Amino acid sequence: MGVNPSLAREGGPQALQPGGRDVADLDKSKLLDNLGHELQDKGFLVAQLDKLSAWARSGSMWPMTFGLACCAIEMMHAGASRYDLDRFGSVFMASPRQADVMIVAGTVCNKMAPALRKVYDQMAEPRYVISMGSCANGGGYYHYSYSVVRGCDRIIPVDIYVPGCPPTAEALLYGVLQLQKKIRREGQLDRTMA
Amino acid sequence: MADTQALTDLGEYIASALMDEVTETSVANQQLTVWVTRPSIVKVLSFLRDDQNCHFRLLMDITAIDHPERQERFEVVYSLLSLKHNQRVRVKLPAGEETPVDSVTEVYSNAGWCEREVWDLYGVFFANHPDLRRILTDYGFEGHPLRKDFPLTGFVEVRYDEDEKRVVYEPVKLTQEFRNFDFMSPWEGMLHLPGDEKAEGHGEENEG
Repeated sequence: MGVNPSLAREGGPQALQPGGRDVADLDKSKLLDNLGHELQDKGFLVAQLDKLSAWARSGSMWPMTFGLACCAIEMMHAGASRYDLDRFGSVFMASPRQADVMIVAGTVCNKMAPALRKVYDQMAEPRYVISMGSCANGGGYYHYSYSVVRGCDRIIPVDIYVPGCPPTAEALLYGVLQLQKKIRREGQLDRTMA
Repeated sequence: MADTQALTDLGEYIASALMDEVTETSVANQQLTVWVTRPSIVKVLSFLRDDQNCHFRLLMDITAIDHPERQERFEVVYSLLSLKHNQRVRVKLPAGEETPVDSVTEVYSNAGWCEREVWDLYGVFFANHPDLRRILTDYGFEGHPLRKDFPLTGFVEVRYDEDEKRVVYEPVKLTQEFRNFDFMSPWEGMLHLPGDEKAEGHGEENEG
């Protein structure tokens, strides 16, 4: 990618200052060029704290593995070498205390509902939820069953719904990317205030 | 594929050895079924496990069938496997809602959970079971869901209550009723296609 000096100067250092143009609007080479100028001129960088925290959060979302049914198999595929969630900074965590996002992968039955809520409550803020598959979205095939919750959003607030029965690993990956996008767009330091 | 003749012989052998207990034997689809009387189940299974010609050392499963129209509405089914003779047998007995069946946990130790499952889903009571609790359904669940008179959607559903900070149970409220889709092909199953009544005046030969 070539660097165009005139373009780089046009944006100027104010692009990274509060109230300036959105950093995401600039293309990558321009941004890097700006950063270089900023560092050389002043020896420090100025950025919006909430944007910075949102960027940091979206770059390391550790999913709480909540595999309940066949969707969990696809979730494993997404985590394994072919789709490799790890390259987006997502490492599966078996403990809710260290997790940022919960992937509800499978049928939530009535007996599991209190446990699901408890695990969600144990996660630290900011926390996000991806509902994976028809069953977690709205009961799916088991919607009329006597023992199945008609959607995990009756138990916990959901950020991203991934449709499918089960969704492919690619679909889940797309859901994770959508969540990244959502986190960057929200850009709140304290998510509970949103 | 089991030998039908060997199964028939085995059925006759069991029936002759347990004259008072076995009411009927049959071989269908290369599978042997033995009907027994309800009080004799412990004796029958002990015999099938220990007899040299049977050696059914494994209890594969206990299940039940609900026939609501019958006086004793349940059929309790025991599936046994003999590794020594490479044979399987199915033992059946009738049971009602109020008639307890003797537990076979003394004969097969794995029967404990199987009988809990049958109790949970059908409501067949097992006498002398060491710990007869529900095993699959929710804590505090009411009813026996595999009975034919149990409604598909049950009676309660759960949701998280933001005020009470816990998961609460409520009566089932469905926004849309369960629809029973008829997937029968109009070319094979339907005798009267929509619009047929217009043609009926001209000829009846397409009907039947």
